[in-house]
Amino acid sequence: MESERVRRDTDPPVQFTPEAVIAAFKEIPDLLAGDAALTARGRWLDVDCLLGPSTQPFHVAIRAGQIVDMIPAPVLMRSWRFAYRATPAAFAAYWQTMPPAGWHDLLALTKRGQATLEGEIHPFMTHLQYFKDLLALPRRNGFGGAS
Amino acid sequence: MSGFIEPIIGRYVHVEIDGETNRIYFEENGSGIPLVCLHTAGSDARQWRHLLADDEFTKHFRVIAFDMPWHGKSNPPDSQYGSEYRLTTASYTATIRAFCKALGLDRPVVMGCSIGGRIVLNLAIAHASEFRALIGLEAADFQQPWYDTAWLNRPDVHGGEVCAALVSGLIAPNGPEAARNETLWGYKQGGPGIFKGDLYFYRVDGDLRGRTGNIDVNACPLYLLTGEYDFSCTPEDTLRTAAGIPGAKATVMERLGHFPMSENPDQFRRYIAPVLQDILDKQRL
Repeated sequence: MESERVRRDTDPPVQFTPEAVIAAFKEIPDLLAGDAALTARGRWLDVDCLLGPSTQPFHVAIRAGQIVDMIPAPVLMRSWRFAYRATPAAFAAYWQTMPPAGWHDLLALTKRGQATLEGEIHPFMTHLQYFKDLLALPRRNGFGGAS
Repeated sequence: MSGFIEPIIGRYVHVEIDGETNRIYFEENGSGIPLVCLHTAGSDARQWRHLLADDEFTKHFRVIAFDMPWHGKSNPPDSQYGSEYRLTTASYTATIRAFCKALGLDRPVVMGCSIGGRIVLNLAIAHASEFRALIGLEAADFQQPWYDTAWLNRPDVHGGEVCAALVSGLIAPNGPEAARNETLWGYKQGGPGIFKGDLYFYRVDGDLRGRTGNIDVNACPLYLLTGEYDFSCTPEDTLRTAAGIPGAKATVMERLGHFPMSENPDQFRRYIAPVLQDILDKQRL
């Protein structure tokens, strides 16, 4: 067998601080509000879900594709239909301008054990591209500087 | 007439597969060594349009890409409407061999991607003498599932949207936007349950672990190329497979994912050109 190249990266591929990841995640509602096309793609979506870094997830209320409320968990007796939580390292990598291979997609992250998808995932699957793009919004701000 | 007309020609050939006539749509361009291209699961032969229109490759190769039955412009066989589509190792192999026979191809090269890459391995195992060379893109003897295919065909989820959204992550980031959109468009256009039916072969019926060790690359050279951003058939899956096949050539392609020929044709060209040249050089020896 001849092999030109193999890449193996199980360690966090980019430098980050958990605080910076949480701060970047908090920008998502404003970034979505400025993205009319993405909001429109979610126009049939109403859901209460739990999203964010596994160390600090957020209860996110989405109505007609807009985030109408986002508050840090836990909230006493607040329920959610599905949860997508990823390690801070995963979000830091996912938000790179050129994310490293295997860290570039929400389901790549679940496959590599860096994220979990739980609960009643029907709304997540009916709006899968919406959620991929929603959670990628901080990428636009160049998370962690040049990447 | 002033519009640019591409050199690709599309026609239908009637192919008997498992006792029934299938009207198969194929496109071709060029002359020389027949090079038959197999599309990915749930899509169709439009994925190969850049290779089909390549001026250099088509000087030496008769590039042919066909829509599998149930895909693109190849309808299901008449008797099968209403039945659940399930691709198997046997039916996929029979379809490829019947198509090549129907066109009278003399020991073609076959290049397949994803499920097409997997079936290329089976051609190498069982029918190597019929082929001049085999090329598997995003190919491995097995890979770990990463989602439940039941989501691909149910009445409360839009099949086209969910199929495209699932595979969108298999495209390398920052490639040409139009090529990415076109690749996903193919997934949005598949018939109901067809992507899922193709994955029956991929996930259930086509596990080739333990069977590839007998592949004889001297009888038929085997090339495996996988995009570094393919997290479905990972580079590690391909390299593991190649490691078990003495003489197989494996390459990891940078800045490419699961759909190299359609998601970033220029980048793919850098990797496939030397492979095609190698095949040509072997013919001249």
